[in-house]
Amino acid sequence: MVQDDLTIRIGGEAGMGLESSGAGFAKALTRGGLYVFGLPDYYSRIRGGHNFFSIRVARQPLYSHAEPVHVLLALDTETIRRHVDQIVPGGAVIYDEKDGMPEELHRPDVNFCEVPLSALAQEKGGREVMRNTLALGVTAGLIGFDPTYMERVVRDNFASKGQAVVDANLRVIEAGVQAGCPFQTDFSFKMEAVPDAPPRMILNGTEAFSLGALAGGCRFVSAYPMTPGSPVLHWFAARAADYGVVIKHAEDEIGAINMAIGAGYVGARSLVPTSGGGFALMVEALGLAGITETPVVIYNAQRPGPATGLPTRQEQADLLFTLYASQGEFPRFVLAPGTIEEAFFAGWHSLNLADRYQTPTLVLSDHYLAVASRTVEIDALGFDEVTIDRGELLTTEELDALDEPYRRFKMTQSGISPRAVPGHANAVWVSTANEHDEYGAISEDAANRAAQVDKRARKMAGADQESPKPSWYGPEEAKTTFVCWGSTYGPLREAVDRLNAEQPNRANMLHFSGLHPLHAEATEAALKRTNRSIVVEGNSTGQFETLLRSYTGFVPDAAIRRYDGRSFSPKYILGQLPQEV
Amino acid sequence: MVTRKDFEGTERPTWCPGCGNHAILNAIKMTLAEQNIAPHEIFIVTGIGCGSKLPHYMKINGFHTLHGRSLAVATGARLANHGLRVMTVHGDGDGYGEGLSHFLNTVRRNLDIVDIVQDNRIYGLTKGQYSPTSERGKRTPTSPEGSIDGPVNPLAMAITAGATFVSRGYSGELRHLVWLIGEALNHSGYALVDVLQPCVSFNRSYAYDFYNERVYKLEDEEGYDATERTVAWEKAHEWGDRIPIGILYRGDPIPTYEEQVSALGAGPLVKQPLTTLSAAQVEALRTGIM
Repeated sequence: MVQDDLTIRIGGEAGMGLESSGAGFAKALTRGGLYVFGLPDYYSRIRGGHNFFSIRVARQPLYSHAEPVHVLLALDTETIRRHVDQIVPGGAVIYDEKDGMPEELHRPDVNFCEVPLSALAQEKGGREVMRNTLALGVTAGLIGFDPTYMERVVRDNFASKGQAVVDANLRVIEAGVQAGCPFQTDFSFKMEAVPDAPPRMILNGTEAFSLGALAGGCRFVSAYPMTPGSPVLHWFAARAADYGVVIKHAEDEIGAINMAIGAGYVGARSLVPTSGGGFALMVEALGLAGITETPVVIYNAQRPGPATGLPTRQEQADLLFTLYASQGEFPRFVLAPGTIEEAFFAGWHSLNLADRYQTPTLVLSDHYLAVASRTVEIDALGFDEVTIDRGELLTTEELDALDEPYRRFKMTQSGISPRAVPGHANAVWVSTANEHDEYGAISEDAANRAAQVDKRARKMAGADQESPKPSWYGPEEAKTTFVCWGSTYGPLREAVDRLNAEQPNRANMLHFSGLHPLHAEATEAALKRTNRSIVVEGNSTGQFETLLRSYTGFVPDAAIRRYDGRSFSPKYILGQLPQEV
Repeated sequence: MVTRKDFEGTERPTWCPGCGNHAILNAIKMTLAEQNIAPHEIFIVTGIGCGSKLPHYMKINGFHTLHGRSLAVATGARLANHGLRVMTVHGDGDGYGEGLSHFLNTVRRNLDIVDIVQDNRIYGLTKGQYSPTSERGKRTPTSPEGSIDGPVNPLAMAITAGATFVSRGYSGELRHLVWLIGEALNHSGYALVDVLQPCVSFNRSYAYDFYNERVYKLEDEEGYDATERTVAWEKAHEWGDRIPIGILYRGDPIPTYEEQVSALGAGPLVKQPLTTLSAAQVEALRTGIM
């Protein structure tokens, strides 16, 4: 039987290499013409505990993970204990002969396959740790996936480590495929490769955002490690030399943002990736960028707070904090990409907004978007659409022609003052964190103060047009409209599909990725189109609902909120629906 | 030819008459003129405090930032445009209190930054609280019974953290200070100039008389070898009837941070062309995720 949607889950302790082998398998499936949604689940520890990596694979595009498991690769007994209940009838557990199988975990409707994973990995590969690769080989055999795709990924991934390592991995995969399971031939869930499929890509939100930022001319990245924001710094660090980017692992988040402001001030397109706790430390400097009108982009991959919260888990509870962080008032943009495509767009669009409006721009990502990987079409990332627009940045020629003392904070109708960077004899000025006059000199004059506040605020007149319009998914007319933002897009999209598959026009979805300012006209029009509305978001107080209500007066009919540290899934959303939907 | 007049600003300092900041401001202008560095070639980053207003009282590129953060801002600026000469100017509370971590981390990175600290051993702008360099037992509004905190030793800290140029000036010795800042500018890598500076309003115990009687110049001291790190570290602890000023430590320059960043091999970051990715680059990046 050819299945069109199944989930393979590999579980074990931290340090067993689940994520890298899982990512390799996900890549092989993608190359095999299938669509993948990969989601790691891990604890904030380096060894021990229980981690797992879920690979959902299908013949059609996927936007979310799903809970039912079809094949469970248990690298320890704890994996069976925790996940055996989620296995669908007819599914399989592959476990190590060395670990055995406790009788009380047995399920008569599930196939259990004992393989000498450790022994075979040691024998064929020379290292016991390769048993995860071996187990994936068993899986390929089980689901009928052509292992050649895995072998090619091994060749690409391990080429730099030498032929011996490549060969060892290839032997281990082959041993896995041949090890087989007694029920292999009549296993219910098969996922054969689609050999003639067009080439596709697989990436997570971290990679998509980073690619967008690099394409958009980001040349300076400073950060302090904090999950799940730091992978952006890792991504840039690995490419810094090749693409002419300066990266700086700073002493703390305060140092990181101030470095980015220094770099932005002298003219580099600068980015600070972090998570909520790190962003909390950056808040004073955010105001410095605001009052000195210095471009900088801050990427906050949210995780549950407050304080350390749940470091490796999901929440969308930094929204209002991000909107209002800092004492005082100044303009800002807040983008909240929900998909791989939107993350790429936010990468370069945020840099343009920061430069053109000379003000900080914040990108609100989250754990789910940052770590979940998805197969997308080859043209999913709009490299051709990328522009580098520096706004009113004075050129050397324009500065050469300047015939009056330079006014960095010149009063203009748009509120945007033509910007110079230090280094030209005709534009020598001082900027200050204090309120200042047009030239940059400290001023406590009341009229000047009001005028400068107004000037900065004026930059945002009409700037809502820069925010992405809310997007619709599903039928034009539906009984219920789900309203969401950020990464809730994927799971909610599938929930909508499932509802409409049961009964047409039951639900549609309105998704926001431009949170501040809201695109006024499009938002108003969209909200008018809703019948019964349910706001779905990952926090306990309904922050987006508050935002919508305060800026538009919109009051939804119901809310679904999740704040247990876990990501939304289609099943979770459907399980929370009010009776009437 | 750059002259001191080129640095004249339009605003008058708001400092108290007799404040050591006047001399530091003059010394910076004189040094820049002597070193033939034009106003647009230097970028002075300051923190918050009386002395950090300094860029407003002269004509240079300046960035008057946040309390304690001038070195972090200067680090980013220097990394993004190492064509600019970068100097930080801030007080002792700013640099050794709020910004202590940035201080030590900037020292160990060895960016080519001249760090001038207006060390008056008190908080001036907030009206007289004890500072990180105030002596133990100092009575101030926040330590009415005498401060219990011991003072930091910035010179010893800088030497320990790996600085290759560690010096102390005195605002009552203008010519000497000009010479020191010049030496610091010509030193490759991070250079500390900690400047003893009377605060005539809030720290009467360290007035001109106090320093005039005690300071002596290391370069006049027979047998003092500023290239000996351990000797310098010991000298950094001398404080009493005799207080040394001058270059405590001048080691052989080591590679600066910016010299070692791959991306800066092609020149200052902001001078490199900024374009979207080439087709070949897009192809390479796509291949990585296929």
